[in-house]
Amino acid sequence: MIFAVLPDILFYLFALLAVGGALSVLTRRNPMTCAASLVVSVLSVALLYFLLSAHFVGVAQMIVYAGAIVVLFIFVIMLLNLTDRELGRGRMTLFKIFGAFLALSVLAILAPGMRSMVELEPSGGPGPAYGGTAEVGRLLFGEYLLPFELTSILILAAMVAGVVLAKRDLTPKRLFSLIDWLLALADRLSILRSPQKRERKQGGAGGEAE
Amino acid sequence: MTFFPVGLSHYLCLSGVLFTIGVLVVILRRNLIVIFMGIELMLNAANLSIVAFSRHLEDMSGHVFVLLIMTVAAAEVAVGLAILIALFRTRRTINADEVSYLRW
Repeated sequence: MIFAVLPDILFYLFALLAVGGALSVLTRRNPMTCAASLVVSVLSVALLYFLLSAHFVGVAQMIVYAGAIVVLFIFVIMLLNLTDRELGRGRMTLFKIFGAFLALSVLAILAPGMRSMVELEPSGGPGPAYGGTAEVGRLLFGEYLLPFELTSILILAAMVAGVVLAKRDLTPKRLFSLIDWLLALADRLSILRSPQKRERKQGGAGGEAE
Repeated sequence: MTFFPVGLSHYLCLSGVLFTIGVLVVILRRNLIVIFMGIELMLNAANLSIVAFSRHLEDMSGHVFVLLIMTVAAAEVAVGLAILIALFRTRRTINADEVSYLRW
């Protein structure tokens, strides 16, 4: 008897944890506490994926979200090392109250549509291969190969953007790329740049390409 | 809607609540790091409803979509936090109210 309702009890437990973690992100002031609450929420959602027998997605959620994204958040929080003054005081403006009211009213509009009971599995449950690595891999490298390959370009672009943006000095001192080289060439030929900028850049534009 | 057994609508309710909390974080909080966390909460809620529908329809394409969304979320956070570090170096603040020079 208890085994029949055990997944449902687990659903309510993890749903409560996910919503509690999200509410804690909303209300806590310290960003580090917010990051810890985000871990709780994300791991609860990963366990809900296991309940939905999406095993591979659940493990990926644990590794990518709790293992990479939240660590990145914590890394940035510690790197910035914010003081209380830099955190700033939140102000309750009319705009914010209106926005919060709007967000809650969207949920209230959606609520009647969810009242009808929909079965999770109309035809008696998925097969044993459902949600496993083999089936996900077959789809990922078969039917959805093009989006998967496009993802690699996206990650490359994000990596380059992260390196360029997080550099200490945003104006390039040395020649890092073909575009920098072309800009320096245009600089030398005195197109594209105003005279003041050209004078300021004269000192540092002569490095070697990396 | 009854409490037992748990159906698709329960998962959709949870997804809606999580998404609304994410929207509220983005609207109410002014710390840019926490605003990014709100965006992550919203993406998580969308992923949860995709996986629930995938189970309901017994079609595993949803799992592939969720994996791709996770990748996009990771790339977005990497670029966003890099922008945030550059912003903190130039302006010494990460309060969204004080960074308003691109606002109307």
